[in-house]
Order: sequence, then C-alpha cells, then structure tokens
Amino acid sequence: MRYLFTHLDDLWALTLIHLRLSLVPIVLGLIIAVPLGALVQRTTVLRRLTTITASIIFTIPSLALFVVLPLIIPTRILDEANVIVALTLYTVALLVRAVPEALDAVSPAVLDAATAVGHKPLSRMLKVELPLAVPVLIASLRVVAVTNISMVSVGSVIGIGGLGTWFTEGYQANKSDQIIAGIIAIFVLAVVIDTLIMLTGKALTPWTRATNAPRAASPKAAAGAAA
Amino acid sequence: MNFLQQALSFIFTAANWGGPAGLTARILEHLQYTVVAVVFSAIIAIPLGMIIGHTGRGTFLVVTGVNALRALPTLGVLLLGVLLWGLGLVPPTVALMLLGIPPLLAGTYSGIANVDRTVVDAARSMGMTESRVLLRVEVPNAMPLILGGLRTATLQIVATATVAAYASLGGLGRYLIDGIKVREFYLALVGALMVTALALILDAALAFAVWASVPGTGRLQKLRGMPQPLLGDEVVLESGPLRQSTSVARYERGDPSHTVEG
Repeated sequence: MRYLFTHLDDLWALTLIHLRLSLVPIVLGLIIAVPLGALVQRTTVLRRLTTITASIIFTIPSLALFVVLPLIIPTRILDEANVIVALTLYTVALLVRAVPEALDAVSPAVLDAATAVGHKPLSRMLKVELPLAVPVLIASLRVVAVTNISMVSVGSVIGIGGLGTWFTEGYQANKSDQIIAGIIAIFVLAVVIDTLIMLTGKALTPWTRATNAPRAASPKAAAGAAA
Repeated sequence: MNFLQQALSFIFTAANWGGPAGLTARILEHLQYTVVAVVFSAIIAIPLGMIIGHTGRGTFLVVTGVNALRALPTLGVLLLGVLLWGLGLVPPTVALMLLGIPPLLAGTYSGIANVDRTVVDAARSMGMTESRVLLRVEVPNAMPLILGGLRTATLQIVATATVAAYASLGGLGRYLIDGIKVREFYLALVGALMVTALALILDAALAFAVWASVPGTGRLQKLRGMPQPLLGDEVVLESGPLRQSTSVARYERGDPSHTVEG
C-alpha cells in the first residue's frame, strides 16, 4: 500500500495510459457495432455470418492478437495501435452479437405502436428500438470494459504501457509491494469504470426504475411461496 | 509476410516438435495449466452456483463476486503468487482460477435459477426431495448454460495461460515471450498461432458439448457414429426448436430408424 501513496505521479500517468488503451476501443467498438448489429438483425444469413465471425475473433487470445496484428495491418510490432485495434475487434465481436439480441427483445407490440404513431423505419430504430435495447447493451459494455482493463494489463508482458508495467517491474525487482499496488489500482479502476457505465445506463433508461420495482418484487414473492 | 513464412516453416519442421522444449512438450504444459485451472474453478464454482441458484439465497454474492473477480488482474496475481510461493503449479492455477470462476459461477447460477418454475414445482409435487429436484431436474435443464460457462472459462484460461511464461514457467507463452525478448518476432508468432489454434479447437469441442447437452433433444443418445457440425453454439441454438420437436417425437415413438424420413 505504501508504494501506491509514494508513487502518485506514476499512478496518475499510468492510469491515463491504461484508460486510453482500454476505453478508446470501447468507443470505437460502439460506433462500429451498433449500426452493424442493427443492420444485420433482420437478415438471417448476414446475422449468422457476423455471429460466426465474431465468435472466431473472440476465440483468438489477446496476447496472440497483439503480436499477430502487425502482419495484417501496417503498424509496427509492440505499437500501442495494435492494442487499440485488437481490443476494438473484441469489443465489436461481443457487441455485434448483443445488439441484435437486444433488438429482438423489443416487443412487436411496441414496434407496431411506433409505426402506428408515424415513425419511419430509421426514426423508429433511433427513437424506439435502440433506447429500449440500452439495458442489454449496458450489460455487455460493463463486461467489455472490465475485460479490456484486465487485458491491457496483460499487454505489459510484451512491453505495452499502462498500470501493468508495475507488475513486470515489481516482478523483476522482486518487490511484491509494487505488484500489490498495481493490483489495487487496476481493481479500483475497473470498479470505477464499471460503476460509471452502470450509472450511465440508469440515467439513459429512466423508465426501468418504474417497471423494475414490481418485477423485482414478484420473483421474491414466488420464491417465498415455494419455500 | 516474411515473419509468417518463418513461423510456419518453424511449425512444420518435425525437429521443433520433440525434446523437453519442443512444441509437443509446450502444448502439453499449456494444456496442463488449463485443465488444472478449469477443474479447480469448476470444483468451486459449480456447486456454489447450484446451491445459490436452487435456494435463491446469495444472489447478490454472485453478482458482486463475479464482477470483483473479473476486475482482478490475472497477471498481477500470477506474479505476486510467484514471488510469495515460488515457481510451480500453484501460482498459475490460482491466477487462472480468477478467470475461470466468474463465467462458471454465473453460468451455473443463471442456468439453475432460470429453469421453468412449473417444471421445478411439478418435480416437487411428484415427491422428489430437494436434492433430487436439483440433481435430476434443474441440473439437466441448466446443462447448456453450465457448459456454456465452462466453455467461456476454458477459452479465457487457455488464452491467458500464455502469461505463465513470463513468470519463468512453461507453456506456449514461452515462444511468445522469448521471441519478443530476443527480438525474433517469428518465434513470438509461432506462440501466437499455436495458442490460437489450441483455443479454436477447445472452443469448437465445447461448443459441440453445449449443443449436444440441450435437454429434450435426445442429442446425447443419437451422437454415436454421426458426424456433427462444429459451428458456434448460437447458430445451433437458433435452429434448435425445430429439431427438438422432431427428435422428441421420434424418441417417444421408440423408433430408432431414421432411414424412412432421412
């Protein structure tokens, strides 16, 4: 713990790098995956194709992807850009499956009602379907964010910056204090980002607070009756 | 593309597969770390998820616990473990279990908790004891989600077992990390390609297990001697209900022959 408080400057600088490497991919991933997911939702063939591609991409280990990417795209090996591209790929792979599923969950009655009050397909998508899909999207985003933060720290074994450098430095210098400081810093960072995304989701979906209350009560009542 | 050629020629040279530091030995080490970590994660997470899913108590524990474990950085725990306990199987196992437990726990819990209540109540009203309800009704119904959790856990563990090499341990990560250390990037590529191949094979095998475990389809019984597609389970699950109805009907008629319809 003492290491953490005696190295606040380092902590701040490394946290900024860590955040840049883990959050830029999330933003890029959202920009790519949401329109893509919405486009392929109703075309069965395209949707299967994206699902299969996404699950294959998701299977590639991150450390391997960091190393292989320079062969495919014109970046240097051990470049920060590789991490950003790799994590963007994972983000897209996860979200492109979640977006159509989230849109499927919107009830047909709501869609009909939206059409009936005069929404054109595009405005229906933007104003009705996507807002209703936000809770599922937020759930996936939280997983992606926490996973990305952890993956960036793994990148330090191949010389990528961020809070993970405290692990490699601490290990080489045999300083467990530094490693513990790194674990705490990354843990706190992940929890803070996770909470921020959750709160954003809550703020974006004010209607869930009204409908959640009775829904949360009913399973408990059922469980009580069963017991 | 030069690196790729060098890497491929390394992989396709028989001499590189033998010996204590050959590809075969590294793959076996990698699989050893993976299997040990997956088994220990399952021993902890599956019973816990079963109990919490069945009783409905401690749901909060699952949600917070899963998120907290996900947020713990594997590399940090691994390196700390090596400094504290020295080399050996303990540090990588503990570090990789942090990755394996969350998906297994979440999968088991949500699988058990989401079994149709009417099915559970029916089992109970037939006089099954609580443990029978859990083991005979809830677990088989939850099997696809439990195995789905196992699949995610295995995938993450096999991918991350690569970092064990950083702590002077073996596994396919040796190629990756040594290759970067001595700036022979084709060696790093060898490691990357081998880990990717291993992950894809394990994932396909487990996707198949998930597909076969969908209850009420009789897939497990029908498997013998039949070639099966190794697609993503999502695709198979999407086309599930159709097959489900036909195979159930066939099973109930007690008609083992598929030749007439086939």
